[in-house]
Amino acid sequence: MGKYFDMLLEDVRLREGLKACMNCGVCTAVCPAAAFYNYDPRQIVSIVQTRDDEAIEELLRSETIWYCGECMSCRPRCPRDNTPGYVIQALRRLSQKLGFFVESEKGRQQLAIKRAIGENILRTGYCIVPKLVRADMHPEQGTVWKWVLDNDEEIYGRFSENYNREGAGALRKVSDETLAELKRIFDVTGGTEFFDEIERHSERKAREMGYDGADERYFKDTYTHNSNKHY
Amino acid sequence: MKRSSWTEYQKEIADNDYYYARSCIRQNFFPGSEKAFLNIIGKDLGLNIFDDPIHTSCTGIGYHTDIVPLETIMTVVARQFALMGEAGYENFISSCITSFGVYTEILATWEEFPEMEEKTRESLYKATGRQLCKPKNLAHTSDIIFHHREQIARQAKHRLVNAYTGEPLKVVEHIGCHYAKLFPKSGIGGSEFPYVLAGMVESWGGEIIDYPERRHCCGFGFRNYLVQANRGYSIANSHRKLESMAPYKPDFIVSNCPGCAMFLDKWQYTIAEMEGKVYGQNGRGIPVLTYEEMAGLVLGYDPWELGMQMHQVDVEPLLDKIGVEYDPAAKYLGRDGKYIGRPEAAVVNSCSQNAFLNIKK
Repeated sequence: MGKYFDMLLEDVRLREGLKACMNCGVCTAVCPAAAFYNYDPRQIVSIVQTRDDEAIEELLRSETIWYCGECMSCRPRCPRDNTPGYVIQALRRLSQKLGFFVESEKGRQQLAIKRAIGENILRTGYCIVPKLVRADMHPEQGTVWKWVLDNDEEIYGRFSENYNREGAGALRKVSDETLAELKRIFDVTGGTEFFDEIERHSERKAREMGYDGADERYFKDTYTHNSNKHY
Repeated sequence: MKRSSWTEYQKEIADNDYYYARSCIRQNFFPGSEKAFLNIIGKDLGLNIFDDPIHTSCTGIGYHTDIVPLETIMTVVARQFALMGEAGYENFISSCITSFGVYTEILATWEEFPEMEEKTRESLYKATGRQLCKPKNLAHTSDIIFHHREQIARQAKHRLVNAYTGEPLKVVEHIGCHYAKLFPKSGIGGSEFPYVLAGMVESWGGEIIDYPERRHCCGFGFRNYLVQANRGYSIANSHRKLESMAPYKPDFIVSNCPGCAMFLDKWQYTIAEMEGKVYGQNGRGIPVLTYEEMAGLVLGYDPWELGMQMHQVDVEPLLDKIGVEYDPAAKYLGRDGKYIGRPEAAVVNSCSQNAFLNIKK
């Protein structure tokens, strides 16, 4: 009893986010994820508070911990100063550390996020660059965005003297020296290892599901597949 | 709670000498806003601001999609602060709301858990040889414009007043969740009555609309937008806000978060394409502005120099209402004045010529 809870306690966000929940449900009332999914942050906090290993492991393997949008609307409204969003962050970290995230459809999406956003951070120094928001994968971005992508040098060039070039300004090229510093920070602080763990567990699960490993097809499926069983 | 309760939540904002950290989302979707901010602070207000080429993303989107560990983002943030110190600054300002929330959270965590600050200092030195230098003052860039709003009002070329009727323009303000929901004391007005945008609008002649879903999230939800399979979450929450604000007939929406401004603009396009529904007047969408664009228009900047051609919802009806003069043809010019073609038409902008003329009348 309490093994997983103790592991969660190693994360300062759990210590900050869970004091003593009285189950009032205000967090669920204001939660955008609860308005959309079959999702109840009150219940998640309640389960974690029990310290029950079996129940917490079930959470770590579940879809439900991946519904939260981390807007943190729950934080200022909780009358007991809990932050269900922080509890979710601690659960997600542990789920990935233990490899449980691959047991849910929404959890498996961490591979897509790691490869899209994570690798882009190390490649460019930014979370997002225009070419990452491809018009074919983002039809919701509209006709103007397609026009921007088709004319990126001309349009960004109006607002930045150094678009894709070194120097100051919007969407400048981040220098190799700076990118090397960023990579060393990831190496020293466990970020690189965390990325590797996401890959390793995804590879195992992909083979278990009949893929030839965590290849492009698996990546794309995690990015696009929705079983529609979440509502 | 009284409307004036925002006054209980005040924060100290530095008057001058700012170290500027760019935003991944803002520089992608609103690069003209970042340029305008630097010009407003540096040229219009004559203040000192530094745009450092060697800072990076704070990695906040990676952190809030749970792929970047806390220890990693703390050290990336420590590097940003170290760069500020090396450049001789102590007032750190962030263009991004997610980043602002991250910086606020990390400074508070170091306060609460000093051993984490110590560990971060060691990691930073080991990885980069740099020394952490904590900022004396941390602010979001909308705080800076708020702080100087009366000076901007004194230099105004336009006011947020309908040029045809003389009535104040009706404005929906949308505050990014991570501006003050994480730490209410870090935002002007706190999380329930944030005044940072309302203060600008009121100083410049406009009128704020209060509507039921005013404090609801725009629906970004990090992994819920970024992963295609989850995107329904994002549009559903924007839809909820748009439905709630539409009956109040806003002239425009303004946001201090670059993501929120982008989503409230783009999801209007998607809803119009999918359902044929538009939320603005005369068969059009509601224009969505960044606060830099709003300040820029007030100060007389050209809308295409502000980058407003990158919006999906056309801004021309709003420009006409404010009385801004602009060259319609210049909207589609590249950096050297070359015509680069124009975007395909969209339902959210469809409007008969007659209706458009009716607005002017």
